[in-house]
Amino acid sequence: MKILVCISKTPDTTAKIAFTDGAKKFDESGVQWIINPYDEWYALVRAIELKEKDPATIIHLITVGGADAEPIIRKALALGGDEAIRINTDSADSFSIAAQIAAVAGTEKYDLIFTGKETIDYNGASIGGMLAALIDAPYIPLATSFNIEGTTATITREIEGGEEVVTVNNPVVVSCQKGVAEQRIPNMRGIMAARTKPLKVVEPAAVEALTSIESFELPATKAGVKLISPDNVEELVRLLHEEAKAI
Amino acid sequence: MVLVYIDHQDNQIKKSTLEAVSYGAALAKQLGTEVHGLLLGSVNDDLATLGAYELKNVYQMNDAALAHFDAQVFVKTIAAAATKVGATTIVFSHNQTGKALCAGVSALLKAGLVTGAIALPNTSAGFVVKKSVFSGKAFANVSIQTAVKIIAISPNSYKVVGGASAAATTTPLDIAVTAGHVKITAVHKTSGEISLTEADIVVSGGRGLKGPENWGILLDLAKELGAATACSRPVGDAHWRPHHEHVGQTGVQVAPNLYIAIGISGAIQHLAGVNRSKTIVVINKDPEAPFFKAADYGIVGDAFEVLPKLTDAIKKMKASA
Repeated sequence: MKILVCISKTPDTTAKIAFTDGAKKFDESGVQWIINPYDEWYALVRAIELKEKDPATIIHLITVGGADAEPIIRKALALGGDEAIRINTDSADSFSIAAQIAAVAGTEKYDLIFTGKETIDYNGASIGGMLAALIDAPYIPLATSFNIEGTTATITREIEGGEEVVTVNNPVVVSCQKGVAEQRIPNMRGIMAARTKPLKVVEPAAVEALTSIESFELPATKAGVKLISPDNVEELVRLLHEEAKAI
Repeated sequence: MVLVYIDHQDNQIKKSTLEAVSYGAALAKQLGTEVHGLLLGSVNDDLATLGAYELKNVYQMNDAALAHFDAQVFVKTIAAAATKVGATTIVFSHNQTGKALCAGVSALLKAGLVTGAIALPNTSAGFVVKKSVFSGKAFANVSIQTAVKIIAISPNSYKVVGGASAAATTTPLDIAVTAGHVKITAVHKTSGEISLTEADIVVSGGRGLKGPENWGILLDLAKELGAATACSRPVGDAHWRPHHEHVGQTGVQVAPNLYIAIGISGAIQHLAGVNRSKTIVVINKDPEAPFFKAADYGIVGDAFEVLPKLTDAIKKMKASA
C-alpha cells in the first residue's frame, strides 16, 4: 500500500497575527513555524500507524513551498514516513496547491491520500476536495476514524448532528481531524533517521491561481467587559435580553 | 445567474441552506441577475416556499444515484448542472456538506473559490470576498479572478431574510449521473442535540467545572436557553465531553449570537474558535482569566453557584415575558 500525506507549514497556534506591506502580507517576523496540526496529529500519525501494522506500506509526504518549507518537512519525516517531496514553488492559492499535488499524485498512483481537514492559517478546507476531483477519486472529508482491510477502507466522517460510517475501495482521498489518531512526539531515533531520508525537490507544473488575497484585516477590539456581580445574575439576564438582544 | 446549492438532511432543508439562499438572493440583486436553487434528491418541504427567500426557481434532480451522498458523484453532477443552467456564481453553505462539495466543483470548473465567507462580495472593482482566516484571528479580502465564481458562506454569518410573497418554481433537470464508489453503512445521530455550528446560543464548559460529573448544571442552562453545548480542548482531550464539542483553533469554529463560556480561561487558541460570536459572556472565578478581555459581559464567581441561579433567572424571565 502506498500512502501520500499532504503537509502544510503554518504559524504556531500562539503566533501573533499581524500584517505588513499595507496589510497585504502576513508579518512573518518572529513567527515560529509548525506542521499544520491537522496534517501532523491526524493525517500523518494515522499513516504511520498503518505502516506499523503493515511494514510493506510506503509513505510519501508532500508539500508545496520554497526551501524554507524544508525544516517542517524534515520534522514530519522525524515522526515517520519513507520519503518527502517538495514541489518547489510558493503556494499561491488552494487550487494551485491542489493542482501541483495532483500532478505528482497522477503519476505516482497512491492508494490513500491523507490531508488535514484544513490549515490553521487560511482555513480553506479545500485541498482534499480539489485534489480528489482533479484525480477523479472518491473524497471523504472530516474523517474521525480510518481503518482499512485489504483494499476496502471503513471511514467514519462527521456530518451535521452526528457521524456517518462509509466503506470505499481505494484509491480514496481523506481529510482527517480529531479522532483519526493521537498526537505523537518525535523521538531521537526518528530525528536522526529523518536526516538521511530522501527529500526530492520537484519543479512545479504550469498552474495558474484562481484567487488572490488583496488585503488582511484584524477584528475590531471589544469595547471592554461589563462585569456583573455573581449575586445579581438577574441583571445579566436583563442585559442579555434588553441590551444585547441575545436571549 | 446565481445558483444556490440546496442542502438537506432527513428530507428537510437545513437552516444553513436558508442562509445561503438569502445570501444568494442579495448577491443576485447586487449583480442584477436572478437566483436559482439546485436540489439533488428530494425533500418533504414545499419547494415553492423558498420563494419567501426570493429564490426564483429550483432545479431539481431526482436520479436514484443521488439518493445517498457521495462527494465524488455530487461534485460532478453539480459542476455539470451549473454549466448547463449557465450559473456565474455558485453559493454553498460552508457546513459539513459544503466542505465536501465546493472545492471539488471549483477544481472541475476552474472556478475561483472562497470558503468561510462572512459577507457579500465587494463588486465595486472586481469581485472581492471577505473571509475569516487564522482560525478567526483575522480576515482576508480575497479576489476571485475567474468568470465563474464559487462562494461557501460560513454558517451563522448571514441573516436569513424571509417574508417575500413570491413562490419558487421547480424545474426538473436531466443530467447523466455517474455511479459512485462510496457505501454508507451506518449513521449515528447525536439525538436531541442542537447542531453546534448552526446554534444561535452556545454554552461551553472548561476545566473549571472540574469533572464530567459536574456537567449537569451546564446542561440545565443549555436546555433552558435552547443552546448547543461545547467545551474547551482540555475537556475534549480528557474525554469529559465528546470531541465533536471541542471549539477552538483546532476544533470547531462557531459564530453564534451568544456564547457563554464557563470555567474556560480563554487561551488564544480557544478564542480563535469563538471570537466571531456576537455576544460573549464569561463566567470564571479567576478575575485574571484572559477570556474577560474578549467578553462583552462577565461574572467573576464560582460556576457551581452562579449557573443554577442563572438558569433560574432565565426561567423567571421567560415566565414573565
